[in-house]
Amino acid sequence: MRGWRRTGTVRPFRGAETTYLSAMRPSDLLQPRPEGLYCPPGDFFIDPVRPVERALITHGHSDHARAGHAHVLATRQTLDIMALRYGENFAQGRQAAALGEKIDVGGVTVTFHPAGHVLGSAQIAVEKGGLRIVASGDYKRTPDATCAPFELVPCDVFITEATFALPVFRHPPPQEEIARLLKSVAQFPERSHLVGAYALGKAQRVMKELRQAGYDRPIHIHGALAKLSAYYQEEGIDLGTLEPATVEAGRKGDFAGAVVIGPPSAFADRWARRFPDPVSCFASGWMRIRQRARQRGVELPLILSDHCDWDELCQTIAGTGAGEVWVTHGREEALVRWCELQGIAARPLHLVGYEDEGD
Amino acid sequence: MKRFAELLDRLVLTPSRNGKLRLLTDYFRVTEDPDRGLALAAITGDLSIAAIKPAMLRALAAERVDPVLFGYSYDYVGDLAETVSLVWPARHDGDTASASHMTLAEVIAKLQSASRSDGPKVLAGLLDQSDIPARFAIIKLVTGGLRIGVSARLAKQAVADLGPVDVAEIEELWHGLEPPYTELFAWLEGRASKPERAAFALFRPVMLANPVGDGELERLDPADYAAEWKWDGIRVQVSFEGGVRRLYSRTGDDISRAFPDLAGGIGFEAVLDGELLVGSPAATGTFSDLQQRLNRKTVSPKIMQNHPAFVRCYDLLQLDGEDVRALPFRERRARLEDFVATLDPARFDLSPLVAFEDWKALEGLRIAPPHPIIEGVMLKRWDSPYLAGRPKGPWFKWKRDPHTVDAVLMYAQRGHGKRSSFYSDYTFGVWTGAEGEEELVPVGKAYFGFTDEELRQIDKYVRDNTVERFGPVRAVRADRRNGLVLEVAFEGLNRSTRHKSGVAMRFPRISRLRWDKPPAEADRIETLRELLDR
Repeated sequence: MRGWRRTGTVRPFRGAETTYLSAMRPSDLLQPRPEGLYCPPGDFFIDPVRPVERALITHGHSDHARAGHAHVLATRQTLDIMALRYGENFAQGRQAAALGEKIDVGGVTVTFHPAGHVLGSAQIAVEKGGLRIVASGDYKRTPDATCAPFELVPCDVFITEATFALPVFRHPPPQEEIARLLKSVAQFPERSHLVGAYALGKAQRVMKELRQAGYDRPIHIHGALAKLSAYYQEEGIDLGTLEPATVEAGRKGDFAGAVVIGPPSAFADRWARRFPDPVSCFASGWMRIRQRARQRGVELPLILSDHCDWDELCQTIAGTGAGEVWVTHGREEALVRWCELQGIAARPLHLVGYEDEGD
Repeated sequence: MKRFAELLDRLVLTPSRNGKLRLLTDYFRVTEDPDRGLALAAITGDLSIAAIKPAMLRALAAERVDPVLFGYSYDYVGDLAETVSLVWPARHDGDTASASHMTLAEVIAKLQSASRSDGPKVLAGLLDQSDIPARFAIIKLVTGGLRIGVSARLAKQAVADLGPVDVAEIEELWHGLEPPYTELFAWLEGRASKPERAAFALFRPVMLANPVGDGELERLDPADYAAEWKWDGIRVQVSFEGGVRRLYSRTGDDISRAFPDLAGGIGFEAVLDGELLVGSPAATGTFSDLQQRLNRKTVSPKIMQNHPAFVRCYDLLQLDGEDVRALPFRERRARLEDFVATLDPARFDLSPLVAFEDWKALEGLRIAPPHPIIEGVMLKRWDSPYLAGRPKGPWFKWKRDPHTVDAVLMYAQRGHGKRSSFYSDYTFGVWTGAEGEEELVPVGKAYFGFTDEELRQIDKYVRDNTVERFGPVRAVRADRRNGLVLEVAFEGLNRSTRHKSGVAMRFPRISRLRWDKPPAEADRIETLRELLDR
């Protein structure tokens, strides 16, 4: 087993090697396999969906970061999050990649750049023979105080997600959404507001946005959020006072006027019955579409996403200067169409195993 | 505009009546004139803006968005107004949301003053200046019909809550007022006196009855009460005054245009309370016949000919300019009988009084009424004046017992609001098919009638017996040996071409949980079909 090797600078390639490498096509450097995106010269996978020998992980969401790989290279925070979710033994070996640090993997230079998606999230740039491909993982451009901001990395090929790749997805400013939540809390003081939010990233973002809007009362959380929220706080992201949403003697009035955050699935569950006449809220980019809100029985949709909206996807693709775009998980066809209209070569990757619904 | 757009967004997704009322009342409280009155008119359907056809909206969008991308978007969203509001390109000239800062009145004035030819241009200009919620609200305004789950009646209740005053007072004034209802709001806020009833043929709030409670009749003297049949048509108020002819529903909606055969008939000067029925006084139609005339804004001559409408008169409120509501029922009834005798007998007849000796005799009549469209008997105190609303004591309704059927629970859907963690909406079916090949066919859906404790029990049953999930819906195990039998009560049955079973229940509710009954012993579809043919 080869380890990960740090290199100071990327050395120029020479001689016969150069001849070979200049002929290198993008698909020689990265290609889809059933396990995930594979790099033959470096012999590693990015976000593999099945256990592999060497895995580079973009971020801690469970469809990208899975347990059972032999060796994992990821940012320190992503490694920490994987350990919190899967236990300390989630992989045989692990190495933390600092942002911007150049790492040599079997002659391939790998760098991690912030993706702005959730705490620890990174894009992975893979470079060899003057060809650079950026696998962006999931990313967003809207400022988010719970993670490092997205960095635009110029590249030859850009691999983009397509979760919200339709022109109907236009995310409003998060402050407006939080203001609507707080207005409803004031308007219905006898009810509790249950905010559905995914446990990693979105939940903490809702908390942080509430704090930034001046909400200083305790926020009640579902047990599934406790570990990750505590980790965010340890990492210096102040989320204020968080209290467990548990009841001692079933007094419903305890939560009148409260903001309660939990994983979306919990609100369809018996757990939710402890709250007085709850207003069901859901913090997600999907809430842009009324029918999606209606289907889930959401009364107050909060359009708050950890992914790019349509305009940001287009703007990012153009910004990377990539001559070729690979599109994965989501509404690939619309983004491929847009690239065609702009004269950018684009194709869907058809990677399997990623949720295109999570947000 | 911003507030109005926000209000629409909230109303669309708020399931509870009280939640909607709070949102509406708060909006009316904080919003200035004339915006709030125009919003009220938009919700009650009293605002007229030259309509923009959906095709025109689509064309406007097609000029701005790649047709392939628009196609993907529309497929995904499913609603044209919403799709256009979302894909419409935002203008990045620093003044993107200026229409959001425009008042609702300014937006409506621009739309109303647009001619047919420059309508699309004016609309596009407004959309250019708006953000997404405002675009959605503007498109809703111009395509007609907000469809936000708020009835005119609910909006009037919210206005009444401002006072607070009784909603009957709003309904009584309503048809004499015009948008933006400034004098109405001024009165409700105590800044002016109550608006005068200025116009002719305004709606008078109707008098309603309470159901007969357990043992209640024993405390009443039969001699104090008149009885008549309770006809199962549409309660209407016929208001012909000063040459103005109006037909109102019991909540004060003007339904004249749907019944030109009545409103356009021979004129007279009176206000009558009665039941709108279909057929003729001699051959009264069933509820299925009446359905042909319901929920139509306008009506074709053919339908009018096949299903003519007439009014069976209950009461007299005004005659030749004299308000007789304060007179006792006995006196009003005598005048009504004389008056109806002068009217076109094909259009107006009298609801006959039912003679009875004692409650037991009346019960016998109630159980076996002479016509299928009778749903019980009404009791009216001979000395009762005609009062607005539902006063306790003077009038009672004593309905026929509901029909019941034993059906098997097939699907359960999660509820809303307080019930969002409960499977509380139940689709049930009865058996069909030959012996040995029986299968369940759904015959209805009910979401009330059970206690909180029973809800908990059914919810647990659904979770423990789920065989399939479709979003918020679960299919429940239901075969000859396994399943939950529900006793379902309902008021009547209509033929339906939309349902596989061919029947549609009226007012179904769960009357009992039959944990004891094996599903194979639930009823068959034939039991229901027999009811149809009666």
